[in-house]
Amino acid sequence: MSPRLSASLQSLAGRLRAFAHKLEQTAHLAVGVPDYQGYVAHRRAHHPDEPVMSYEEFFRERLASRYRRGSSRCC
Amino acid sequence: MKPAAASLGWALFAVLGAVCLAVIALHRGESINALWLVAAALCVFFIGYRFYGRFIGDRALRLDPTRATPAQRRNDGLDYVPTDKYVLFGHHFAAIAGAGPLVGPVLAAQMGYLPGTLWILAGAILAGAVQDFVILFMSTRRDARSLGDMIRSEIGPAAGWVAMVGTLAIMLILLAVLALIVVKALAVSPWGTFTVAATLPIALFMGLYLRFLRPGRVLEVSAIGIVLLLLSVWLGGVVAADPEWSRAFTFSGVQLAWMLIAYGFVASVLPVWLLLAPRDYLSTFLKVGTVSLLAVAILLVRPELKLPALTRFIDGSGPVFAGSLFPFLFITIACGSVSGFHALVSSGTTPKMLDSEANARFIGYGGMLTESFVAIMALVAASVLEPGVYFSMNSPAALIGNTVESAAQAISGWGFSLTPEMLTQTARDIGEGSILSRAGGAPTLAVGMAQILRGLMPGAGMMAFWYHYAILFEALFILTTVDAGTRIGRFMIQDLLGAAYAPFRRTESWAANLAATALCVGGWGYFLYQGVVDPLGGVNTLWPLFGISNQMLAGLALIFASVVLIKMKRERYLWVTALPMTWLLVCTLSAGWQKMFSDDVKLGFLAHARKFGEALAQGQVLAPAKSIADMQRIVRNDQVDAALTLLFMAVVVLTLLFGARAAWKARRAAQPTALEAPYVAAPVR
Repeated sequence: MSPRLSASLQSLAGRLRAFAHKLEQTAHLAVGVPDYQGYVAHRRAHHPDEPVMSYEEFFRERLASRYRRGSSRCC
Repeated sequence: MKPAAASLGWALFAVLGAVCLAVIALHRGESINALWLVAAALCVFFIGYRFYGRFIGDRALRLDPTRATPAQRRNDGLDYVPTDKYVLFGHHFAAIAGAGPLVGPVLAAQMGYLPGTLWILAGAILAGAVQDFVILFMSTRRDARSLGDMIRSEIGPAAGWVAMVGTLAIMLILLAVLALIVVKALAVSPWGTFTVAATLPIALFMGLYLRFLRPGRVLEVSAIGIVLLLLSVWLGGVVAADPEWSRAFTFSGVQLAWMLIAYGFVASVLPVWLLLAPRDYLSTFLKVGTVSLLAVAILLVRPELKLPALTRFIDGSGPVFAGSLFPFLFITIACGSVSGFHALVSSGTTPKMLDSEANARFIGYGGMLTESFVAIMALVAASVLEPGVYFSMNSPAALIGNTVESAAQAISGWGFSLTPEMLTQTARDIGEGSILSRAGGAPTLAVGMAQILRGLMPGAGMMAFWYHYAILFEALFILTTVDAGTRIGRFMIQDLLGAAYAPFRRTESWAANLAATALCVGGWGYFLYQGVVDPLGGVNTLWPLFGISNQMLAGLALIFASVVLIKMKRERYLWVTALPMTWLLVCTLSAGWQKMFSDDVKLGFLAHARKFGEALAQGQVLAPAKSIADMQRIVRNDQVDAALTLLFMAVVVLTLLFGARAAWKARRAAQPTALEAPYVAAPVR
């Protein structure tokens, strides 16, 4: 395989991966679960001394909050 | 793209849209392809988004990308998260999409496809999308606060209270009418009932799986759930074919209504992770998936529209809903062109995740246009049916009788060719005993969808499968709304009663919880039961009430938006919100007025109550009532419906007066008086 072809294939694979990641994020957010990696990055950057929830804790916290006070939903 | 090329592109788009609309307008009396309708809608939406949406954003609101959004200022990684605009669009669309845009256009098809199409297009561009966009913008400028909160601070506490009472009433009517649609779809349908009942164990299994087996693997469990759902649709066919099993799953409307009421109570006090959340996942994915599937199917199958562009029922004599084109077409389409409920979503979770003010147009305006496109597809699905079949499904038994012969005769008499064989054949195709008087929109949409999808995937039995799949898809997210809505209603009741007696507000108190839940379920359950036993079908009465209340809520949101534009000293652009506001107020108030005071007994609640009251005084029993007790109930229901209509009208008028007062004060102030959060520069990206 020529180096140029392999480079463009790699960039295509990268783009596909990024797209799949975005699709996954969208599906998660549509049911009220924001990006966990983003949450971890935010806690590390802004509250380095405080504990970070595990994904399971994070998921439970988000689930409770989605229905806590009337999540509006349309007709 | 170079400016010249872009202009040329938009000009071509405009020409294409105009050609499509011209084809629709000129092809009278012969059937046209659904593709013309879909293409016209897409062109209109894109042009509206590009030009009117941008005009509102740039001129009227002056979106400021340099201003930090609540997500940027208060980023906590949980509620407030700056989110990619495409990801957020998915969230917003999933939150606003519901049963409304699917049902309204189907009912409105009784007047033909043209009036509905025109109102969906014009309403979305000029009213619905404007409301969603403007409220999203205003909430973003106010720390993502809710509509009720914003009304309280910008217009005044009294207006806030009025809005709260109005919102609670619309909630109860919404839940009742949605539950009624499910009852109408499942009554005497063992296949449908089994499939929908199967969602309960499936959701419970998913809830337990997600809690204990593989915590947090939400996409994985949803995929499993969807496979199980498809299996249950297939199994439902087996159940319906077995005489003994099918008897076990055959229920009358009244039985189903009581089951739903009991279910609504139990489901809304159970922990959310057990039932509500998993069913919410299923319905969200199924909804988005099915809507996309329908779009693809319409593009590939390119069905012909069988319904005429206009029917004789624009004069208000139609069997599906009473009332003439103005104002009742606009009331009936409801969420497909403008929905007050979206104002609650646009001032709820979405503004907490907006990563730049500049994206408010894409999310708010664009999200509503997508929803309206769903409404156009629902209209297409209803219009591909033979008109005779459409009317036999949507007319009450009081008008067409209980046999295929009587129905074919009555409907042929209205000028739509129909034979008894067509009705039995359609019923056999979809695997049901009968299709007569299946009002409520959902079964009609399901037959239309099944017919389109059969074109995509032909085969014996496919039509029955797709019909029950479509019923399941609608029932599933309606049940999720009933459950979630009962919870919201409960909180609202606790808030309202808490103002009088403080302990009521404590959401952790079981006594307060149960009492408020019972009040909420009792509220919508009353209207549901009334609708089920109503010999005219219930949808006839309840859907217009729902439409009035939903447009009323949109009216409130637009009154608020207009007041804020004045407070921002942007009076020059006041018409952007004042125009749709005026139209909605004219529609809701005149529809409400007719519902109250019309002398036509089919239309006016009070005239109907008078007629039955007078007969009752003389000891007569009028059909469709069968006893004196029936007669008394009919009179009482009419009075309750009239009182509710009066309440809706009072809410609109009071809010308008409060709004006018606030606007008058703001006019006289020399400076802008809108209460926005102070300017903070957005982080440079």
